[in-house]
Amino acid sequence: MNVPLLDVQRLSVDFNTRKGIVRAIDAVSLSVAKGETLGIVGESGSGKSVTSYAVMKILDRAGKITSGKIIYGGMALQKIPESDMRDIRGREISMIFQNPRAALNPIRKIGQQVADVLIQHNQATRAEARGKAIEMLQAVKIADAEKRFDAYPFELSGGMCQRVVIAIALACKPQLLIADEPTTGLDVTTQKAVMDLIVELTARFNMSTILITHDLGLAAAYCDRLMVMEKGRVVEQNPSTVLFQSPQKDYTKQLLQATPRRDSNVRDLLPKAMLDKTDPLPESSPPGPPLLTVSHLKKSFGKPGSENHHLAVRDLSFSIRQGESLGLVGESGCGKSTTSAMVMRLLDTTEGRIEFLGQDIAGIPASQFASHPLRGKLQMVFQDPTDSLNPRWSAERSIEDPLKLLAKGLSKAERKARVLELASLVGLPHDLLDRYPHQLSGGQKARVGIARAVALDPQLLILDEPTAALDVSVQAVVLNLLEDLKHHLGMSYLFISHDLNVVRLLCDRIIVMQKGAIVEEGDTRAIMDQPETDYTRSLLAAIPHPPASQTSTVQGETWHDADSR
Amino acid sequence: MTSSLATPATSPAAPAREGYWQHLRYIMAENPLTGISFAMFIALIIMALFGPYLVPFDPVETGAGPALTPPSLTHWFGTDHLGRDVFSRVVVATRLDLLISVSAVALSFFFGSVIGSLSGYFGGWTDRIAGRLMDTIMAFPLFVLAMGIVAAAGNSVENIVYATAIINLPFYARMARAEVGIRRNAGFVQAARLSGNSELRVLFGHIFPNTLPPMMVQISLNMGWAILNAAGLSFIGLGVQPPTPEWGIMVAEGANFIISGEWWLVVFPGMALMLAVFTFNLIGDGLRDLVDPQRRT
Repeated sequence: MNVPLLDVQRLSVDFNTRKGIVRAIDAVSLSVAKGETLGIVGESGSGKSVTSYAVMKILDRAGKITSGKIIYGGMALQKIPESDMRDIRGREISMIFQNPRAALNPIRKIGQQVADVLIQHNQATRAEARGKAIEMLQAVKIADAEKRFDAYPFELSGGMCQRVVIAIALACKPQLLIADEPTTGLDVTTQKAVMDLIVELTARFNMSTILITHDLGLAAAYCDRLMVMEKGRVVEQNPSTVLFQSPQKDYTKQLLQATPRRDSNVRDLLPKAMLDKTDPLPESSPPGPPLLTVSHLKKSFGKPGSENHHLAVRDLSFSIRQGESLGLVGESGCGKSTTSAMVMRLLDTTEGRIEFLGQDIAGIPASQFASHPLRGKLQMVFQDPTDSLNPRWSAERSIEDPLKLLAKGLSKAERKARVLELASLVGLPHDLLDRYPHQLSGGQKARVGIARAVALDPQLLILDEPTAALDVSVQAVVLNLLEDLKHHLGMSYLFISHDLNVVRLLCDRIIVMQKGAIVEEGDTRAIMDQPETDYTRSLLAAIPHPPASQTSTVQGETWHDADSR
Repeated sequence: MTSSLATPATSPAAPAREGYWQHLRYIMAENPLTGISFAMFIALIIMALFGPYLVPFDPVETGAGPALTPPSLTHWFGTDHLGRDVFSRVVVATRLDLLISVSAVALSFFFGSVIGSLSGYFGGWTDRIAGRLMDTIMAFPLFVLAMGIVAAAGNSVENIVYATAIINLPFYARMARAEVGIRRNAGFVQAARLSGNSELRVLFGHIFPNTLPPMMVQISLNMGWAILNAAGLSFIGLGVQPPTPEWGIMVAEGANFIISGEWWLVVFPGMALMLAVFTFNLIGDGLRDLVDPQRRT
């Protein structure tokens, strides 16, 4: 076998923190051959990003490479000085970051930013830089590149920005591209377009790629070889097909299991050990009378007739019955968040009726709904568990807040008892109640958010991508928790997401939205199996799936292993 | 509920919560300058509280010693032209100077935060009116404005406090407006609305406390500045009147004697002023670390 392009041997990185020295990655070895795509998969805190930062030598000040070798094309990167490293970055090894908007300079024209890299690495003179930059923009399929050269990042969509970032990364035709969660935060269809583009370009330039992701489906679809990391160590390293067909380590199996597949139900996502302690899914009772009826809902922003007048939601009608879960699916900008904010009475409507428990609440101004008796019946779980908790408040205080304000007549001791009850209900250990949000893990914060939302026994809970910011294994647990709570407390859900695969797990019916209007509506199974519109079909096709056929065998083996131990 | 989901899936990863004192100690150890500034701050407070009981001489008593004697063992900082003990005067003056600056800063912090928070949260006309008001204050050279206010309103200590508070108002208002503005649509704010908080409760119960860390830095920087301002006003003869011991007046009085070589009249009150300002500037970062729960990992 020929020499690999990048060979990392027993690399360890330490971080200096308040609690002393923390080993972020421990003796990680990996190699990437020319033209190969290596996927590094792991959950947050697994050290996958630190590994790539160490290779690029862009660790922040607290981080230090303590041992190991990074050999790139025969050069030992860990030894060479910073000035030489600067030449290697961008020309030999390039990187694409997670948030394309943050990676671009907001006050510089995008074409200019591509040209800068070319000039920096002496790939072009000032005179020819513009031409070459436009070529690059064309290569990443930005339509009308000549004109877009002069655009600023804020004028482009997220997907477009990521294309520009790719153009910058590939401008000097590097040998190795490191893509760190390149599509997180992008819509599924955009994700597919961006990933296809990366694959096409790296193949054309015969480059190697390291794709860092938490999404096993994505890794399966685009990588030749996969490396699974956990807590700074390499758990398993195998060609993709082998890894999916016969995962060797328990952690890999757990991760595979927690990733939603087309045919899994919500309980399938849990590891066996936890499944034993879990009640089987309750029979879903037939939905009751309508709980929420939305008719001809409209929302526009900006003054009518003015240039920035914009219809975010056009004529939307749907209803949710008691005990039913409705999924609202669509890509960013389709109006699903605007709709939920209006239903939640956080945003005033422009037109239309929102009937909740037989009462039209559309007319009540959002600013006055806080003291309305129905406020407690209509609650929400937010997308980002970190952002949705007051950083200065302990978990207990956050959960207590709605009780204090809306459950009139509860004494202090009764409130305290209720908070403990809620904590038990959502599986939050009681000793964590006096912690601040930054002292809790993502899953724990999600539990706090859910406990707060169900504190007042709501009848309708809006779930705004409640698991989008969570790791898959935590997502599995949270989704199961939500499913159980629904039956236990007799709530209805309005589940908002861009991810059909997750929505499918909890919802009875699905509405697909595009550009502020409903495109398709129907039972979950019907939508998933026989979508009627091209838009729904394209959404479904864009979801990367881990190979589905092995599911049962994987599970069988997991169970067998677990039993024999 | 018997489901496994009721039992925690994740073991408590973070260690037990640290106490307040441990946190304080950590902050001191991390940045020795913070420790020094805290020590100096405590010294200032002791001088302000107990100054009059600690000093060897009555600060306004003339003829405590012979006039204009250089620093000696009896008179550590020497005596002034009326034979008053400079050391006693410098120590006793701490109370007045701190009182003026603390009350001025407290006033401008309170009103500035309220104005700024309201305009940052509600925007629109509230914002426009408050914004122009602040611009008007900022349009004047601040010290001249303070001089004008004191001269017009009357020569008293209260008026020095009000004048200093008014000229500092825009800094707090602008900062509060910016800090509230970036949190206006945060998830936890939406969640607070869902919990039944009224708009004002959301603003002052949820958003405003989160703006405290940067405000603390502003407060401490501003304290030093307010002391300088009060001393400056006294220096030019406004506000505090002799024979009251006050650093600004002492510097003003002593300035006449520099030429004839009696340096101690100016240097010691000047040093006290400088050290006080220095302390408040240094303590800002430490205070921010203390009030920010995120630093209490």
